[in-house]
Amino acid sequence: MNDLTLVRKSLFRKKTRAILLIVSIMTAFLIFGVLSSVDRAFNALIEQTPADRLITSNKIHFTLSMPIAYYNRVQTAEGVQDVTHASWFMGYYQEEVNFVQAYAVEMKSYLRVYSELVMPEEQRQALLAGRTCIAVGADLAEQYDWSVGDRFPLGSAIWSKADGSRIWDVDVCAIFTTQSRDNPTTYLMLHYDYYNESLAFNRDQLGWMVLLTGDPGNNDAVIAAVDGQFANSRTETETTTEAAFSQAFLGQFGNIGLILSSVAGAAFAAILMIVGTTMVMAVHERVREMAVMKTLGFPAPRIFAHVLAESVLLSLTGGILGLALAVGMNAMISQIPAISLPALRLTPLTMIQAFAIMIGFGVLTGLAPAINAMRINTVTALGKE
Amino acid sequence: MTDTLYELTDLSKCYTRGRESLVIFEELSMTIERGDFIAIMGPSGSGKTTLLNLLGGIDRPSGGQVVCDGLRIDTLSQSRLARWRASHIGFIFQFYNLMPTLNAAQNVELPLLLTRLSNKERKRRVKTALDVVKLNERAKHRTRQLSGGQQQRVAIARALVADPDVLLCDEPTGDLDRTTADEILQTLQLLNKQLGKTVVMVTHDPAAAKYAKRKLHLDKGRFVEQGEAS
Repeated sequence: MNDLTLVRKSLFRKKTRAILLIVSIMTAFLIFGVLSSVDRAFNALIEQTPADRLITSNKIHFTLSMPIAYYNRVQTAEGVQDVTHASWFMGYYQEEVNFVQAYAVEMKSYLRVYSELVMPEEQRQALLAGRTCIAVGADLAEQYDWSVGDRFPLGSAIWSKADGSRIWDVDVCAIFTTQSRDNPTTYLMLHYDYYNESLAFNRDQLGWMVLLTGDPGNNDAVIAAVDGQFANSRTETETTTEAAFSQAFLGQFGNIGLILSSVAGAAFAAILMIVGTTMVMAVHERVREMAVMKTLGFPAPRIFAHVLAESVLLSLTGGILGLALAVGMNAMISQIPAISLPALRLTPLTMIQAFAIMIGFGVLTGLAPAINAMRINTVTALGKE
Repeated sequence: MTDTLYELTDLSKCYTRGRESLVIFEELSMTIERGDFIAIMGPSGSGKTTLLNLLGGIDRPSGGQVVCDGLRIDTLSQSRLARWRASHIGFIFQFYNLMPTLNAAQNVELPLLLTRLSNKERKRRVKTALDVVKLNERAKHRTRQLSGGQQQRVAIARALVADPDVLLCDEPTGDLDRTTADEILQTLQLLNKQLGKTVVMVTHDPAAAKYAKRKLHLDKGRFVEQGEAS
């Protein structure tokens, strides 16, 4: 037996209460673990975009389109090294509930600009050669069990063809991965020309353009040159870095960081009060036992340390279980293609933060009861004269 | 030749509640010889337990001195008092005051956590202490699995395990039937006679007091009668 045995035995003195407290703390750390992973995944998406990649979209709103002629004009703008374009497709497979992230892109230039997309050379050649060919992200292909050579009808939730149908028959010619596992592969690309030629409306329009400047130092000049070209036109443009564009895109869901920290903070605050109050009660129940320990010769600082250690052990037990559950939950969420967050995982930094919070949480909830325990008047607590 | 262990000089103790001051005793003086077995008797509120607490250094007098083995303990700091108690005093309470989360052996081992003894040596001492109270076969039992008498024997083993000079017993048989009480008292007598432990026992029970070498009657803060136990 040692002091840790005493601490552990005291903690589990009332098993049901200890288990309920552990479950409470576990829940808080589960929320913290998952939300931190989501926040990190969003940030990873933003941080990994090359600094010299710009997005030009409709100035009114990035979901509105612009004429295809803009693409040709931007190619000749000073400082633009390469450019491609893409359009929203809002795809679905078989039924509209089976949402598929899909973009109609100028395939050749798209693969040049997004050089991080990796696929076998023969698939790349086939993709570029076939009008109905699509490139499917590996995770999306896995979800629907698609492989190269498959043909299926790809529906669009927003576009109609001139014949009234909303279906484009496509062939899987390439399956791509990315150089970083933090980048999602939960979407597909189809040829812009194939999509555009049969549109019932909005033909010869594009969604946005992606520009390479070759040097982030040229970004400001290129932004000024591109947006300047279309100033005072019917469709003005707004060019930003891809990171800023992604940030703004995510921002439409609200301030994710603030939401995440508010939810986790609220969970911690609520559980802090519950655990703190319960710890005070738990120590109050043991006043006599602590008085006996003092009588036996245990010094007050050691009793203080016991109670504090008990609180920290409680927090660590709940916290570690919560983080373990968060790992499992992250793995489950990462499997949902619609969420498209492959980087959903606990990083070493998140773990360190979590352990710091566990220790802090334990100290915070244990401090008041530990001070009370240290100050117990032995004679009074023993209930004598 | 006598060997004085405790020397209490002009000891007083009073409690203040609001404006009222409650005097437990005043100018109480006494000595306790090493190896003595004293029974302190008296009515409720006469200051028996307070006196025991002062002897054990878990309470401080309002005046006077408590000297144990040449060391004035009433002026020691809390931390020094804690260390002194751990090595010199064994406490035995009326309601046993065992830790309900620990088994018998772990309860006995508790005071040894304050020593630098090895795990092996601690185990050996726990076994010896449980042997003395004839409870080794119950070493792994939780306290709630033990009878009152067995719990008190565990408490005696706990008081004994660090080999203290003094055993301070507060109504050690107050919660036990006569037969069990006699067994406990015989154990205390054995510890006094064979191991030379100085035993100071507070009791209401004249039958228990018969086991002591000396009886002291405390009433209204004074020793009103004292003499050899029959």
